[in-house]
Amino acid sequence: MDANRIKQDFQVYEDKTLCYLDSAASSLKPDRVINVLDEYYKKYGVNVHRGVYNLSYIATEKYESSRQTIADFINADFDEVIFTRGASNALNVVALSYGMAHVNEGDEIIVNELEHHSQLLPWQQVAKAKKAKLVYIPLTIEGRITTENFQKVLTNKTKVVAINHTSNVMGYITPLEEIIPLAHEVGAVVSVDAAQGVPHQKIDVKSLDADFLAFSGHKMLGPTGIGVLYGKEALLKEMSPVEYGGDMIDSVEKYESVAKDAPYKFETGTPPIGEAIALGEAVRYIEELGYENIREHEQALKEYTIKEMQKIEGVTIYNPTVETGIIAFNIDGVHPHDAVTYFDGDNICMRAGHHCAQLVTRWLNVVATLRISYYVYNTFEDADQFLTSLKGAVAFFKSVGF
Amino acid sequence: MNNMENLYRQVIMDHYKNPRHKGLVNDEHYHTSHIKNPTCGDDITIQSRVEDGIVKDIRHEGTGCSICCSSASVMSEVLVGKTVEEAEKILETYLNMLTNKEYDEEVELEDAIAYQGVSKFPARIKCASIAWKAFEDTLKESE
Ligand SMILES: Cc1ncc(COP(=O)(O)O)c(C=O)c1O
Repeated sequence: MDANRIKQDFQVYEDKTLCYLDSAASSLKPDRVINVLDEYYKKYGVNVHRGVYNLSYIATEKYESSRQTIADFINADFDEVIFTRGASNALNVVALSYGMAHVNEGDEIIVNELEHHSQLLPWQQVAKAKKAKLVYIPLTIEGRITTENFQKVLTNKTKVVAINHTSNVMGYITPLEEIIPLAHEVGAVVSVDAAQGVPHQKIDVKSLDADFLAFSGHKMLGPTGIGVLYGKEALLKEMSPVEYGGDMIDSVEKYESVAKDAPYKFETGTPPIGEAIALGEAVRYIEELGYENIREHEQALKEYTIKEMQKIEGVTIYNPTVETGIIAFNIDGVHPHDAVTYFDGDNICMRAGHHCAQLVTRWLNVVATLRISYYVYNTFEDADQFLTSLKGAVAFFKSVGF
Repeated sequence: MNNMENLYRQVIMDHYKNPRHKGLVNDEHYHTSHIKNPTCGDDITIQSRVEDGIVKDIRHEGTGCSICCSSASVMSEVLVGKTVEEAEKILETYLNMLTNKEYDEEVELEDAIAYQGVSKFPARIKCASIAWKAFEDTLKESE
């Protein structure tokens, strides 16, 4: 994969000094995705499902055809793809609709300390409301979820397993192909947070057999404000809407009303139409690049970077065995916020903080971490720019007395 | 090239390594304020004791970056012994200086002037202000 060529697809790289290493927070957006968004607003920026005129027909066609693109992309059926505002919104729908209806007093919900707050907190609310128990999978010394440790907490009381595909802090991939069948054996439903998975790896919801799966557009070269909730048709069918109002309803009487079928009963009000259409374009872009190439490229960058970082004294890497392009680290004795200002001065964008996952930060026993994350447009020059800056940072902070 | 030297002045590093007035007290004459910055994990508690219109003592405790922690220490040194009126003036001047607003250069900021460079690092202004804002809250409580 020629990342230097790919950079040309992104106008933001007109700034030749930009070293963007924060794709796990949000990826950059290629021009062709922006153009599709632009085209919607300029040429047919009207509502869907409502107008009987031609422009509205075009908008509806494109919106629904994007749903089909995404369904094909993850091997789901058309009706199983719900457009949401993002992964957080999608995960909340699962907890509020499925969780509130099916979890009862004494039931157990399996979570773990790696989960993003958007996956953890909705289930915390369900557990509180229903007097159910949150059960944590013990993490290994490396901070991983293993099938073995999952089995230690799986019981006949388990109703729901809320779990990430890829951790946004540690970058580890969860062994879902083993965990999901085990959960199904006890009759539990598995809700997968794939916000860090879908951008980097082929996900086939049928072969994975996930019950729910959520992801965000803006982390996979698409727009902000759009995401996807996949749910198995049988589950979606009997679930209640979370929000009521326009577009999601079939017939309305004075005291009763009947909701549409999935996915529409979960898409209340005017959706982010241009964003949904542009997400379809992002999917086509990813498919043209090819997941195999993306993985291989990110792996190569990650291996090189970790190997070189390990040569620098005074740097701690928290996930040296990681299999994706996410590296969590700190400069010893330097608060990540101090460090990140140094990198910023070299026009290197990276994340410092707890990454919306306070539990794993606490698990690591640090106040916060630095994180770099690679994606399709990152080059070995980016890696070198980072490594040079890292060496400079270590020396600088030492020189001023840290 | 990085102009980090403008940020990490010697005074700042000195207070970061050797904080003064650190540690909270259990004394009802003190007013307490706790401020958290959840995006970065800065977490500061400030206590102040005001008597006869004079800031008699300031205490601080917390975790955060060097800018955040040192500023609590510097602030304590600068403000203890000042009248509430003087302290409020210094506070206002300091916060204006950080946020690139016009400020009264006649007001003696003492060591707090070391944070002048922070205004060039917009992402760090919050770090340099939260201890001062917490102190402001404690003053409001003592009124
Ligand atoms: C693992 C994971 N889950 C969920 C989210 C939430 O995504 P969004 O903010 O797009 O709703 C993120 C992004 O921060 C994430 O990394």
